[in-house]
Amino acid sequence: MRRRLPLAVAALAAAALLPVCLESQQDWFRTGTGVGVEKVRLAVPAFAARSAEVQTAASVFYAVLRDDLEASGVVDLVSPSFQPLQVPSLPGELNAEAWLQAPTGAHMVAYGNVSFAENQLLVSAWLSDVRNPQAPPVLAKRYRGDLTEEQARQLAHQFADDIIERLSGGVPGIAQTQIAFVSDRSGNKEIWVMDYDGHGQRQITREGLICLTPRWSPDKSRLAYTAFERASASSEVTRTAIHLYSLVMNRRLAFPYLGGTTTTPAWSPDGQELALSSSRTGDHEIYVVASDGGRLRRLTYSAGVDISPAWNPVTAKQIAFVSDRGGSPQIYLMDADGANVERLTTGEGYAVSPAWSPNGQMIAFAWQRNNSNFDLYVMDVATRQTVQLTHDAGRNEQPTWAPDGRHLVFQSTRSGRNQIWMMLADGVGLRQLTFEGSNTAPHWSPR
Amino acid sequence: MVLRRGLRWIGLLTLLVLVAMTGCKKKPVAPPPTPPPPPAPAAPTATLRATPSVIEQGQSTTLSWNSTNATELRLDPGPGSVGPQGSTSVSPDRSTTYTLLATGPGGRAEASARVTVNAPPPPPPPARMSAEEAFARRVRDAYFDFDKSDIRPDTRVTLTQTAEFLREYGNVRVLLEGHCDERGSTEYNLGLGDRRANATRDFLISLGIAGDRMQMVSYGKERPICTESNEDCWQRNRRAHFVMLK
Repeated sequence: MRRRLPLAVAALAAAALLPVCLESQQDWFRTGTGVGVEKVRLAVPAFAARSAEVQTAASVFYAVLRDDLEASGVVDLVSPSFQPLQVPSLPGELNAEAWLQAPTGAHMVAYGNVSFAENQLLVSAWLSDVRNPQAPPVLAKRYRGDLTEEQARQLAHQFADDIIERLSGGVPGIAQTQIAFVSDRSGNKEIWVMDYDGHGQRQITREGLICLTPRWSPDKSRLAYTAFERASASSEVTRTAIHLYSLVMNRRLAFPYLGGTTTTPAWSPDGQELALSSSRTGDHEIYVVASDGGRLRRLTYSAGVDISPAWNPVTAKQIAFVSDRGGSPQIYLMDADGANVERLTTGEGYAVSPAWSPNGQMIAFAWQRNNSNFDLYVMDVATRQTVQLTHDAGRNEQPTWAPDGRHLVFQSTRSGRNQIWMMLADGVGLRQLTFEGSNTAPHWSPR
Repeated sequence: MVLRRGLRWIGLLTLLVLVAMTGCKKKPVAPPPTPPPPPAPAAPTATLRATPSVIEQGQSTTLSWNSTNATELRLDPGPGSVGPQGSTSVSPDRSTTYTLLATGPGGRAEASARVTVNAPPPPPPPARMSAEEAFARRVRDAYFDFDKSDIRPDTRVTLTQTAEFLREYGNVRVLLEGHCDERGSTEYNLGLGDRRANATRDFLISLGIAGDRMQMVSYGKERPICTESNEDCWQRNRRAHFVMLK
């Protein structure tokens, strides 16, 4: 009898492990947008420079355009080596048949030329459907700007967004969006901003202490963030408060200190209010306050840490947040007035940093299960169905969504120190955006 | 039996002989007239002096004495038996009263001399440590378990010491910094650090320390004192740290 016990135990253990194996396999299922829909195969030949002075601008425009389209996740970009040698710079030069047949196999071709006219950089660009050569071009655009590389980049972003909007059923691209994040490369953690592709990283705050959790206002004019500040100019005592920074006036805006440790601001969808967490009563609770700091009202009444609120961007009627009221930190949901609190995550492990998808239906978050690393997950709020997006690649935390709902940006240690990465919402198409210093807490700007 | 009876007889005989011999002593004669009594012996005198009579600790002084009509002189404490006159050097390490006891046929006499010994200027009375110094010696970080803000038994001990310090140095104010290890998230750890600082403050208040002497800040995981990824290091970072405010 005693001899058999180990066997029984082994059988039990195997039975216990089995569902886990199945579950983790299931986590690999893809849920990306447009699954099952064939991507448009798009060819983008080089843009002809009409004069020597726009040579650089033309090559920058071409490189950025390809990069944007590649990152979009919407099109299947034809490799340049598969493209015909004869490159169109005008609709009349397009030999549709040559682009349609193998090995190119393009459905669409984006092409054009770059010139210098009226003292400005001028890009003439077209998008043509080579399967339907009789029809006029799908897009015919002219983009103007100063003759600088920076402008060439911006014009390429504009054309990329126009193409994506046309090819993805009306959802515009994100090529002109920006990402706010925290970087320590100045020696202190400050708020920085970069283009969505990692270009043009620039320091916004110069507070000299610690800035965390930047959040764009819905109109992109302001950043709210968590900041350590001195209790008074000469004080050695620091405290944590909400700061607002105007990107229009390039200076901080007044916002009152609300007491205790006040952290993690989140804008209401209309930009009129901020949800935040404060320990002003001694315990971290969620509050809502007008964007000038007035009309404070308390939403949660629960012992423990309630932090990281996130407002449903569509309904504005629900706030997701993190609470350890049940033991370990988990994602909870409540009405915007504090009623109907319910736990969304299973209670297992350590779940933090909820971020609503732009359609208000999904929440991305960071979850540490079974003492493994933090990985990113997406939950469909209606069904609670949860899918794991990152696997076995360092710590992955602080996800936020791009306004197209197709991309996520997050911090990851997969390349060593914390860096900002973006990927498509189904976990593919990874790109590292930062390389210098340690970079965390990215937040994607509205469009 | 026979033998013992014999011994008894011998004893009796001996006694008899002794009585007989006593009886043979001659008759006593009348005593001669008593001679005049000798003059009564003079009473002894004694003097004792210490020169100087006040010394510093470690110095010596001279005891000198004089006596008359004494057959025995004792100087205490110290030399003991001494001659009728003399001097000696002593170096008592504390104030002492020396006594010279003169004994003679005429009686006894006593003399005493006090030697006052000044203690060296007392080492400056153990001056109270400066608050900074006492703070550095006695105030220790309060440690916590992972994702917890409960005061552990070992933390109670450290905090009780801290409370004693704060009671003794009643005008010291402190900043309580709540810290976390690197494992949790940045945001949640800001909350957790706050809870640790709060729990520490509440515990000190329960020991009678006024709450307004303690300010708090949560650093979350932003200011680790140890940056390795192991439990030893994580434990060192899961703490409430005290800073003395000026």
